Amino acid sequence: MNSAATPPKPQRMTYREACKQAIRAAILADPRVFLMGEDVARYGGSYAVTKGLAEELGEEKIRDTPLSEAAYVGAGIGAAIAGMRPIVEIMTVNFSLLALDQIVNNAATIPHMSGGQLAVPLVIRMATGAGRQLAAQHSHSLEGWYAHIPGLKVLAPATIEDARYMLQPALEDPNPVLIFEHIMLYNREDELDPTITGVDIVSAKIRRPGHDVTLLTYGGMLFKTLDAAEALHQEGIEAEVIDLRVLRPLDMATVLGSVARTRRVVIVDEGWKSGSLSAELTARIVEGAFFELDAPIRRVCSREVPIPYAAHLEQAALPQVPAIVAAARELVKGR
Amino acid sequence: MTEKLHLDHAHLRDLLTAMLRIRRFEEKCFELYQSEKIRGYLHLYDGEEAVSVGVIRTLRPDDAIVATYREHGQALARGIGMNVLMAELYGKQEGCCRGRGGSMHIFDRTKRFYGGNAIVGGGLPLAVGVALGDKMQGRTSITACFFGEGAVDEGSFHESMNLASLWRLPVLFVCENNLYSMGMALERAEAEPDITRKAAGYRVTAEAVDGMDVVAVEVAAQRAVSAVRETSRPYLLECRTYRFRAHSMFDAQLYRTKQEIETWRKRDPIDRLRSWLEQSGLMHAEEINKIEAEIAAEIDAAVAFAEAGTWEPVEELERFVTMDRVPQ
Repeated sequence: MNSAATPPKPQRMTYREACKQAIRAAILADPRVFLMGEDVARYGGSYAVTKGLAEELGEEKIRDTPLSEAAYVGAGIGAAIAGMRPIVEIMTVNFSLLALDQIVNNAATIPHMSGGQLAVPLVIRMATGAGRQLAAQHSHSLEGWYAHIPGLKVLAPATIEDARYMLQPALEDPNPVLIFEHIMLYNREDELDPTITGVDIVSAKIRRPGHDVTLLTYGGMLFKTLDAAEALHQEGIEAEVIDLRVLRPLDMATVLGSVARTRRVVIVDEGWKSGSLSAELTARIVEGAFFELDAPIRRVCSREVPIPYAAHLEQAALPQVPAIVAAARELVKGR
Repeated sequence: MTEKLHLDHAHLRDLLTAMLRIRRFEEKCFELYQSEKIRGYLHLYDGEEAVSVGVIRTLRPDDAIVATYREHGQALARGIGMNVLMAELYGKQEGCCRGRGGSMHIFDRTKRFYGGNAIVGGGLPLAVGVALGDKMQGRTSITACFFGEGAVDEGSFHESMNLASLWRLPVLFVCENNLYSMGMALERAEAEPDITRKAAGYRVTAEAVDGMDVVAVEVAAQRAVSAVRETSRPYLLECRTYRFRAHSMFDAQLYRTKQEIETWRKRDPIDRLRSWLEQSGLMHAEEINKIEAEIAAEIDAAVAFAEAGTWEPVEELERFVTMDRVPQ
């Protein structure tokens, strides 16, 4: 036992472990919570997030499903309506396309369409993003698509803290909440501050303060963006890095507040530019802070190609630190 | 399991009344569509009434129902009031879904009536989930899932049958086989047009019944519901029926002949029951006329209710897009 004088020590863990602890804690805390998905139980999860949980919590609570995305996502919606609090794991966002009908036509519409008679308190987790040479069909970043849909809430935990604590408020939310976990984050390690026991799922966060330019990003791109901010600092440019965290609804107050201070914006998003989240952010900044801007908005996004297998081509398709630095530098140098 | 129905006078009267209520209600809907009181898509159930009436009366109030966009019959058979149903078709805020759903999206939480789904096959996974949720919470209720034979073309039918069987979930799958998915004939869409044979691949018990005979449907449904409840396993009941009217109000019916429709009309479930009741002396024309008069009065009242209804203020447009709590 710790004596009262000893402050609790920060715990070092991977993002994967933080996701797992979140799921375990949620299931232990509420008998209505269970998790289902492909290979979550005996295999331990495609990204090993649920490894060992089925042994501990039982296969009623950690349920392996057949490869039937439409059926088990729809089953999650039905179980939520019947009073459970399901967590549905879709192996990756790529496979979520097989359940798009259930997510968009059922989960997102039923509360409004029923005149508020029914809520769909469901959490759907899925891996997203590129970077492991998994080629075009396993490297999508389609969270921006889901952020298009009224009725859904969309979260993108980037930090260990968010990976550990976003699940609980998502489960408490009466709406369908989609959580996107970037595949390049699972192995990332960081310290979890023991004095923090929860996070909100409404606000964007300033991850690094600065006054010269705002770098707006989320999820897998956060750490590249923070690296870019450090490189800019070496050049004497102080970039403010905003982690959106919540992709729907967007916390525009935090974004516009930052823009008002820095007057310059670079948006960094692994999604493609056309018809995208970065396009939406651009539009809202122009609508809300046009006269605050001292320079055009810049976007650093994936090239408009299906993500290729070959490592050099894949890396060329994705947003990289030098491109973020160059975009920010170009905006600031004219001041 | 009993296969006997006590076909006493009251029971038969209920069956006839329930079917007539749906038929007359929808005849009024057709009229109201033409006078532009009802707009959007309107899919009428004319000819298929025996299916919802026969099945739903075998369910308990704690059982759940998932239906399709052609669900006025299920809604009325489940006891959703004609007033709030008509007001919903008018788009009035007194409607069961405040006018947000319309004809294709009837919901009533208190009746465990979960839509009203306009995506063919879209309700089946949802039904599996309701059954899963109920079972995990130790309830003994079952979920009845209505869908057309067109849904059998969809992957969600096969995924849902498999999952329900694999997880031993109490789902009664009720296929309303009216032979056409919009204009696509069953034998032009399915390599195996015998739908009951699909169930074997999922180890699901299946049975086909004459969906134009309400008593036969009720007997089969009672057997199916008992099996689902006792075994906690899914069951597929195929009700072979026919839609007398067009698919929707925009359908020129180029895909079938008038003779075919006329042949099926001779098997009208309401006419069949009525003529049998009259011929066997169980019910006289006078009593049936009285039922008709009561239904006409109920429909008049529903129309008056809907007419007197109000439009939800536009300021409330965004209400319930996201919920601030789970309604209890």
